[in-house]
Amino acid sequence: MKYIKLLPIILVFFIAFTTPIEAQTLEEIGTKTTLYTAIVAFLILLVFMGVPLYALYKPKSLFKNTNFRYSKSILPMVPPSLPSYAKGKKVIFLKGGHDLWLTGAPQGKLLDRTVKTYALQPTEFRGMFPIPKVIVEVGEQVKAGQIVFYDREHPEVKFASPVSGEVISINRGAKRSIVEIVIASDNQIDYLPIKAPDLTSISRASLVDFLLETGAWPLINERPYDIIPSKDSVPRDIFISTFNTAPLACDPNIAVNGNGEAFQKGLDVLQLLTPGEVHLGLNANDKVAPADEFLQSKGVKHHWFHGKHPAGNVGIQIHHIAPLGLKDKVWTLTVQQVIQLGKIFTEGRWVADRVVAISGSSVHETGYIRTKSGANIGELLGAVDADARLISGDVLSGTQKLKRNFLNWKHEMVTAIPEGKYNEFFGWLIPSVAGPSDSKTYANYLFPHKQFDGDTNKHGEKRAFVMTHDYDEMLPMDIHLLHLMKSVIVNDYDGMEGLGLKELTEEDVALAEWRCTSKQPLQQLLRRGLNMLREQEI
Amino acid sequence: MGLLSFFNKIEPDKEKHPFLHTIYDGIYTLFYVPDHTAQGGTHVKDKIDLKRVMFTVVLSLVFAYIFGIWNIGHQHFKALGKYLGVLDGLHLKFAFGIAKILPIFIVTHIVGLGIEFYYAYKRGHGIEEGFLVTGALIPLIMPPDIPLWILTVAIVFAVVLGKEAFGGTGMNVWNIALLTRVFIFFAYPTTISGDEVWIAGLTNAKAGAAAHYGWIEQYIFNPLFQMLHWDTFPSAGQVVDGFSGATPLSLAFNGGWDSVMSHFSTSELWFGLIPGSVGEVSKPMIIIGMLILLITRIASWRIILGGLIGAALTAFLLNVWGTTPMMQVPWYYQFYMGSALFAITFMATDPVTAAGTKWGKWVYGILIGFFGIIIRVLNPAYPEGWMLAILFMNTFAPLLDYISLQSNIKKRLKRAKV
Repeated sequence: MKYIKLLPIILVFFIAFTTPIEAQTLEEIGTKTTLYTAIVAFLILLVFMGVPLYALYKPKSLFKNTNFRYSKSILPMVPPSLPSYAKGKKVIFLKGGHDLWLTGAPQGKLLDRTVKTYALQPTEFRGMFPIPKVIVEVGEQVKAGQIVFYDREHPEVKFASPVSGEVISINRGAKRSIVEIVIASDNQIDYLPIKAPDLTSISRASLVDFLLETGAWPLINERPYDIIPSKDSVPRDIFISTFNTAPLACDPNIAVNGNGEAFQKGLDVLQLLTPGEVHLGLNANDKVAPADEFLQSKGVKHHWFHGKHPAGNVGIQIHHIAPLGLKDKVWTLTVQQVIQLGKIFTEGRWVADRVVAISGSSVHETGYIRTKSGANIGELLGAVDADARLISGDVLSGTQKLKRNFLNWKHEMVTAIPEGKYNEFFGWLIPSVAGPSDSKTYANYLFPHKQFDGDTNKHGEKRAFVMTHDYDEMLPMDIHLLHLMKSVIVNDYDGMEGLGLKELTEEDVALAEWRCTSKQPLQQLLRRGLNMLREQEI
Repeated sequence: MGLLSFFNKIEPDKEKHPFLHTIYDGIYTLFYVPDHTAQGGTHVKDKIDLKRVMFTVVLSLVFAYIFGIWNIGHQHFKALGKYLGVLDGLHLKFAFGIAKILPIFIVTHIVGLGIEFYYAYKRGHGIEEGFLVTGALIPLIMPPDIPLWILTVAIVFAVVLGKEAFGGTGMNVWNIALLTRVFIFFAYPTTISGDEVWIAGLTNAKAGAAAHYGWIEQYIFNPLFQMLHWDTFPSAGQVVDGFSGATPLSLAFNGGWDSVMSHFSTSELWFGLIPGSVGEVSKPMIIIGMLILLITRIASWRIILGGLIGAALTAFLLNVWGTTPMMQVPWYYQFYMGSALFAITFMATDPVTAAGTKWGKWVYGILIGFFGIIIRVLNPAYPEGWMLAILFMNTFAPLLDYISLQSNIKKRLKRAKV
């Protein structure tokens, strides 16, 4: 019966179209016909785009919850209004991007749940020999911070256990590679004491040796290529993003809460490791100001960013702060990794704490959990729907996992969304707003804050590249992503390097891959290109 | 759903009947989006796919189609001196137009899709939807009386050599619809240029020539209209005295704007009551289609705006020069004649053959506008310039992209040295 509101509109149109056109001159007939056609075309377009027509009758309902995000692009001269905390600051405005709104966001609630099993996963570290040297045995008791394995090619790079407990299994994967070293945690974590050196008098070389020895080195991520840096690597700068714009992401403000001292200590350590600067990216696009721990951090450079996802990705921030040259190396860390690094010095022990966001529409209870790195996925998630896809990381660039698998080293969230194994009847044609999309052929852009249950349906088949302006809006960098991807496909090394492949990692192109009309696997292509470039360097 | 289980039941064996399976797959994916899930990359995907993009373009063409169909009939009866009023004999004009456009439409799709199906089967991949738009565009850029065998030969040429030889949808260098037209234009010029071909159903476009109707009009529409007690197609008709089938462009080329005005009013030109290709005549309908493409961001606004600016500027400069009658046609009236708007809206914006970088799109659009007007005004051999201008710029689009990418690469290299 709600469609009864449409009746007056229909009546008006009925009268308008059935009244004979009395005018006789061509101009009058032509103008009227054009006008009628334009109205009909507009209505057809609205229906095609999936706007409920009765909403036209009540314009308020159409624009409810709509913040007219296109006002910025219509009036490019007028900068978007900033929240009060960012007023007067030098803000870098990022054009384009898209905030993907999915249901099942973690609402800042801390869940009381303990995880029993943890694992280190050697295969997720890039640039290592496939089979590391494991120095513990099944059944052995380990302490938190005790070295569990090291790389055969670079034996100085060591990996420490996040918890204390018994090693219960060492799981092997393809070609006898070691995929998981599983540790059953004690109830009370027994830490290996670490004697931290005095930061005021230490040389860089001995600090590096200390970090390698304690197993803290793998916390550092080196760009390009997203690898563990080699012992001799000296970064130009170090970059840390203090906000996360990925869908359903973990809020670093919660993670840093109460860890201000450790965070500052971690930044102090990083300053000793680089001749350049430590850069901190801050969010100027949220109602809530960044945590005081970020704002009051000392010895680092602050940069404010305003924009939609992927504004929170450190790769985008590097590009706008100090872009990566062809020979440059920079290091990146997440906020929680900086805290973990700092706690070695403040507490004298390996505290692998992680605040993990539990999110997604298939999870029965969303929220945050305080746990350790490498926690078991099934235990973290608790109750989930039977047909859910479990993801370590966010829905765009995360890794598919099973309940018996473990959280990745860098990830701070687990997501569970429904598997989309269904056939959609005329899915490409029937008007619908019931799905996340940035395409303007769907009316979604009139309702930018509407939340959807994202599912894993591919919504179409893979095609050749056709649309050429899809990616431009999804990557706020001076990079021609489409042509970059084409140069990867044709193995054009100069093109890959020159067009900026080294400035990207998977998470940066993930949004463009989500948006891609032709369903091209951009993240796989990107990694293929990066591997090719890296082989040239070795 | 019943239909889904029916589809599952009739699925042919892929190994035993690969060709049947290809056709099955094409039809099945038309009805149902396959149940594929995202693997190995992002776990959610945007709801857009290429079918929807292509369909949006077809939707934007619908209004030009409806008007074009009516105008085929209107031009025919105008030549016979009957039903001169816009609203007179609506049913006859539409029926005549449908009888002309339907065979073209059907032949285009049978030939084009047939080739598409065959190559999809040969390569073992799904049927791609690129021909949806090409097939909708081809009837719009043809004269209504085009012989169907010529059309067939041209489509085979364009699709096989222009598209499949390069690897199928998304790989072609030239716009397929324009390639079809340019093939006819050079191989069978008398069927697609001159003053004779734009008015359908006449033995020739001179005074005293006879009108003739095919079996569709005589045996399907006439009995139907008789039943309804409406006017029927006349059994014999003669072209009235003083009639000429000349298009505004040829009038303007020979006699300037005054000569055009002696045959048509500006309103007739604007609303499209003129002889010409099916889709190009009505400017309001093209603008409605343009707006649909711009609102949905399927077409690049840079190309459209660049094309309009390039054409207007060039025409304005030629006004200033002004030595031939065609040069003296006021620059804004250039958009009233020929296919300027249609070509810039629907042909130049084909994303596959256009330039792919932002800078490249601007230059590509402006140069299309420039060359289109230059060929139209200065070249005595070709009455209209857009087809050749767009094909020419299609050829150079990769070069524009190359220049744009090289400047990006140079910027990055410079940064490395500092």
